Amino acid sequence: MLKTETYTLNMGPQHPSTHGVLQVVLELDGEQVVEAIPHMGYLHRGIEKLAESRTYVQFIPYTDRLDYVSSMGNNLGYCQTVEKLMGIEIPERAEYLRIIMVELNRIASHLIFMGSLAIDLGASTGMMFGFRDRERILDLFDMACGARMTYSYIRFGGVSADLPPEFIPALQCFLADFPAMLEENHGLLTGNEILYNRLKNNAIISGEKAMKFGLTGPSLRASGIDYDLRKVEPYGIYDRFDFSVPLGQTGDSWDRYLVRMEEMRQSASIIAQAVEQLPEGPVMAKVPKVLKPPVGDVYHSIENPRGELGYYIVSDGSPKPYRIHVRRPSFINLQALNETCQGLLIADVVAVLATLDSLMGEVDC
Amino acid sequence: MQEVTGLYVIAEMLRDILGHYLPAQYVDISMSLINIGVIFGIISMTAVVLVYGERKVSAFMQSRSGPNRVGPYGLLQTIADMFKLMSKEDIMPAGADKWMWILAPMILFIPAAAAYAVFPFDNQAVFADLNIGIFYFIAVSSQAVLPFLMAGWASNNKYALIGGMRTVAQMLSYEVPMVLSILGVVMMVGSMRMSDIVAAQQNVWFIVLQPIAFVVYVITATAEINRAPFDLVEGESEIVAGPFTEYTGMRFALFFLAEYANLFAVSAIATTLFLGGWHGPWLPGWVWFFLKVAGMVFLFMWFRWTFPRLRIDQLMALGWKVLLPLALVNVVITGVGMYIYQLLS
Repeated sequence: MLKTETYTLNMGPQHPSTHGVLQVVLELDGEQVVEAIPHMGYLHRGIEKLAESRTYVQFIPYTDRLDYVSSMGNNLGYCQTVEKLMGIEIPERAEYLRIIMVELNRIASHLIFMGSLAIDLGASTGMMFGFRDRERILDLFDMACGARMTYSYIRFGGVSADLPPEFIPALQCFLADFPAMLEENHGLLTGNEILYNRLKNNAIISGEKAMKFGLTGPSLRASGIDYDLRKVEPYGIYDRFDFSVPLGQTGDSWDRYLVRMEEMRQSASIIAQAVEQLPEGPVMAKVPKVLKPPVGDVYHSIENPRGELGYYIVSDGSPKPYRIHVRRPSFINLQALNETCQGLLIADVVAVLATLDSLMGEVDC
Repeated sequence: MQEVTGLYVIAEMLRDILGHYLPAQYVDISMSLINIGVIFGIISMTAVVLVYGERKVSAFMQSRSGPNRVGPYGLLQTIADMFKLMSKEDIMPAGADKWMWILAPMILFIPAAAAYAVFPFDNQAVFADLNIGIFYFIAVSSQAVLPFLMAGWASNNKYALIGGMRTVAQMLSYEVPMVLSILGVVMMVGSMRMSDIVAAQQNVWFIVLQPIAFVVYVITATAEINRAPFDLVEGESEIVAGPFTEYTGMRFALFFLAEYANLFAVSAIATTLFLGGWHGPWLPGWVWFFLKVAGMVFLFMWFRWTFPRLRIDQLMALGWKVLLPLALVNVVITGVGMYIYQLLS
C-alpha cells in the first residue's frame, strides 16, 4: 500500500460559496472530509458591545444588520423584548402589520436560501429565479417604509408608519402570483433528478443529534422535531392564524430544503389571513420619548427564518441598556457543520453550509 | 457525379484566379494556407460569437437582458472583454512550475484547433478528409486531459490540483462510452471518413437509426468539454475555478477560447454523425451545417443553465454503470439489426 496523508484546505474567507466571510478549515483525505472546522469572526462588528453606549431606540437599526436578509424579524424580536420589559400594549392594527411584514420577510429569506442552495450546487438559474421573486417583496417593503434591506419599520409600540393606499392591492397581487412563482421554482429545482440525488440521504442530522447541537428553525424541523415558537409559545397574535408546521422525516439535506419550500406556502397563507382580518385604527401606541425601562432583565425569543432569535436585555433603569445579548440562530446552527460533514465530499460541505442556512452577518454579531 | 455547390465552388473560383498568376504547385500551397487561415478565423469567430451567445441565452433563461451596452445589442461586448483580458497583468503564483505553467494553456489550444481539420463544413469542403476522420477527432480531443493536469499541478494551488485530478478521472471515464456510442454509427457506414458518414445520411439521419447512441454521445460530450452539469473541473462553488484559479489575462483567455472551440467541435461532430451534416433542402449545405451546429450549441447551453452539478462519485457511477453498458448494448443492437437487415434484403 502507498502511504497517504491528509491535507488541509482553507475554504474561505474568500470563496464563492461560504455565504459571506466564513472560513472553513477542511482536513481532507483526497476529496473526503476528515474534519471541517468553521472559523468565524471576519464580520465581527461588536454589535452587543455597541448597544451598551446607545439608547434603546438607537439600537433598532443595529438589529437590521444582524441577519440582513430578514431584518423585519430582527426588529420584531428586539421591540417585543423591550415592550415585554416595559409592559407596553400595542394597537391591533400594528400587530397585524407586524405579522404581514415578518411573514413576507420569511418568504424573502427562504427565497434567498433557495437561490443560494441552487448556485452552490451549480444551478445559477435557480438563484436568479429566487432573487427575481424576492424583488417583488422588496418592492412592497420599499412602499411601506422606504427601505429595501434595513427597514427599522417595527418600533416600540407599533410600526413606524401606516401603509400607503397602494400597498394592499400590490400585496394581494403578489399573493395571487405567489403560488405560480413557487410552482416554477419547484419545477426547476425540486423536480430535478440531479438535485434530488445530491441532497437525498446526504448529511443526515437525526432528531436527537439536532437537539444536542441546539439547532432551531427549519433545520431542526427537518429532523422531525415539531418545535416552532409560533405554535409552542405564540408571541404577538400568532394564535389567531391557522397554519401548519411542515416537518421532515430523515433530517437529510433534501428535507431541510423541502421544509423551507413548504414554509413559504404557509407564510403566504398567514399573510392572506392577516390581510383579511386587518382592522382599522392607529399603528402606534403612546410611548414616552425617552425610554427608561424599569430595573430588571428579560428574555424573549421569536421564530426567525433561521431559527430561534432571542434577545436578553439587562436594564439598570437608565436610557441605555446595561447589557444586550442576542441568541443568534445562525451561530448556533453552524455548530452542526463539522460533525455533519465528516466522511462527506468537498461538494457536500457546500451543500451542508447552504442547507444549514447560516448567515455571516448573524454569526458574527 | 452529383452536382457540387456551395463552399467548394468558391474554392474552385479562388483556385482559378490564383492559377492565372501562379504556377500550379504554388496554387496548392497557397490554397492550404488560405484553408488554415479560414479555420483559425472560424475558431476565433466561434469563440467571440459563442461567448456572446452564451450570455444572451443565459440571460434569456434567467429573465435578464444580458449584455446590451457595448455596440448594438451588446454585440461588441466580447471584443471589449477580449481587450480587457489582453491588458490584464500577467501574474504567476509563487512556487509555480514555470514552464509547465506557461505551456498548459498553449498546449490545451492545440487539440482544440487540430480537431477542426476534419469537419465537413459543406460538400467537399473538408480541410483534410482523412480515411480515419472520426478516429482522428477522438485521438486529438482526448489530448486535452494533459494540459488540464499540467495547469492543475503547476499552479501550486490545492484547488487547482483537485480540479486537475478531477479532470483526469472525468475525461478518461467519459471517453470510453463516447467512443462506443460513435462506434454504432461507424458500423452502419462502414467507414470512418467524415464525408462518407455524411453521404450515408442522404435519406435518413442517424439520429433516427441510432437514438441511444445520440443520447449517450450528447451526455458524454457535455462531460468531455467540462460543461455543466459536468463542470466539476471548474466547480465554481466548490473549488473556485479548478485548474484556472491562478491564471490571469491572456492565459486565462486561452482556456476560455479552448472551451468554446471545444463546444463548437463536439456540436459539429454531433451534426456530422447524427444530424445529417450539410444535408438539407433549399439552403446551401454550409448554412445547414452551421444551423444544425447552432442548434446543438443551444442544447448544450440549455443544459448548462438549468441543471445543477453532479458530485464526483455520482459522475463516476453514471459514466461506468449507466452510459458504458448503454453504449455497449447499442453496439450489440446495431450489429444484430444490421445482420437482420442483410438477411432481409
